[in-house]
Amino acid sequence: MIRLSDFSLSSRRPGLLPPAAAGEPWLMTVIAVLCFLACLAAVAASAADRAAHGWARQLGAEATVQVRPSVGETGDTAAARAAETLSGVDGVEEAAALSRKAAEDLLRPWLGDAVLPDLPLPHLVTVRLNAQAPASAVTLSRALAEAGLDATVDDHSLWRGEVERSAALITALAGAAFLAVAFAAAAAIAYATRAGLAAGQGVIETLSLNGATDGAIAWLFQRRFGLMAAGAGAIGAGLAAIVLAFLRFLGGSDGLSAALPITWSDLALLSPCPLLAATVAVLAARFAAMRMLASGKDGGGA
Amino acid sequence: MPSSPADSAPVSETARLSGVGFGYAGAPDVLSDINLILPRGSFHFLTGPSGAGKSSLLRLLTLADRPRTGNIRLFGSDVTRIDRRDIPAFRRRMGVVFQDFRLLDHLSAFDNVALPLRLAGGSEADYAADVQEMLKWVGLGRRMDARPPALSGGEKQRLAIARAVITRPGLIVADEPTGSVDAVMADKLLRLFQSLNKLGATVLIASHDEALAHRSGARVLRLDAGRLSEPSRAAA
Repeated sequence: MIRLSDFSLSSRRPGLLPPAAAGEPWLMTVIAVLCFLACLAAVAASAADRAAHGWARQLGAEATVQVRPSVGETGDTAAARAAETLSGVDGVEEAAALSRKAAEDLLRPWLGDAVLPDLPLPHLVTVRLNAQAPASAVTLSRALAEAGLDATVDDHSLWRGEVERSAALITALAGAAFLAVAFAAAAAIAYATRAGLAAGQGVIETLSLNGATDGAIAWLFQRRFGLMAAGAGAIGAGLAAIVLAFLRFLGGSDGLSAALPITWSDLALLSPCPLLAATVAVLAARFAAMRMLASGKDGGGA
Repeated sequence: MPSSPADSAPVSETARLSGVGFGYAGAPDVLSDINLILPRGSFHFLTGPSGAGKSSLLRLLTLADRPRTGNIRLFGSDVTRIDRRDIPAFRRRMGVVFQDFRLLDHLSAFDNVALPLRLAGGSEADYAADVQEMLKWVGLGRRMDARPPALSGGEKQRLAIARAVITRPGLIVADEPTGSVDAVMADKLLRLFQSLNKLGATVLIASHDEALAHRSGARVLRLDAGRLSEPSRAAA
């Protein structure tokens, strides 16, 4: 039985495995790069999710009403009446008729000045809803009907649904990228463990013939690769933190793009990286070592 | 229920091989119909030409391989089809000296000898004095901090023996322990094994040096083409 004290960092006793093989610095580099990419994927997922939910919240707090004037009534009058009606509905903060000038200003970038004066434009009312208890589209429609107004209420639910679906997709893709990177790291560690076992077959046989259990031998590899992955994870997370802090500095609170608003709190997402990398490494090393030892290919047992 | 040496009561036989046959995968038998009893406290030499199967027989006794046929008992327990998880408990009752020493080059002489004690869960404070005494006993008291690559062949051999016997095992198995030393050192090593035998250990030494075997006064077994000849008492 190997005791926990064998693995104490402060132990004076040398490790039972030979010093790191020549390929291990390269493996550490690979894991550090994978951790760096995983950290970027995690922050991208978080930022994209935050941006999409912000847009969805914004869309959910507004509604647009198109008013069709009745006979003998102008569009502007009908819109003003609709705005007045809606202002008194519970769950509405503010309702305002969109003037023709404001509507033309919205369309000018796409249509230019030439056609706008002759273009028939819809009469619109913009409604700002109470964020805590917003009025539903049904409530708004009923209030307009009771006031004798012919109008259509658009609560942006269609567009909001699209935004939310896009956000979920982006988050899922970033999560999948994160898992793929973690799997690649585990595969690299498993491969390195097998190579280490093969290279150290003589040492393992010596340990085994001197009474070491498979679990104790596997733990030696778990410890080595766990510590190495923790170090690589810290390096990868540190580099990702530098890159993200730089982007946050350049872009401010809105980030470089509205789609990826990076915040300082995103850096907290990077902190578990060394622990997660070590956990993946320990599990991958144990799986690889126990599988090889159980197959008897170490030469140490029947 | 797994067999365990700890479960067994004291027995008069350390090892018993009955009708044992062994061969490597896809190859004919290396050992055939081996019948061998190692009484507790006995001292045997196993001789024979290269390729006769001496190392294979020792690998069976150290549970590094399994027999194709027959039955093996160690310390009173049947270990013929032993579960791999139960092997370490038996190995802690054995001391094995390998032909190629199998020393760990990155460890000092002290740490190499301490290895079985460390694997058994001992702390350095508990075993340091024993290890130092053992190293002095094999004549390496001044080389405790040396690593194996800095030692001569004879020193490595004595270091390997010290590691094999530090736990005071019930069975000592040595494969060509005098193969890389001169005649004077071979006699010294032989006296070392005899001392251990007098302390109660069962000793089996595989060697192609038949003169040394006969000088030892131990019982000599001979393997030829995988078959064991009748034991004979050597001349002292």
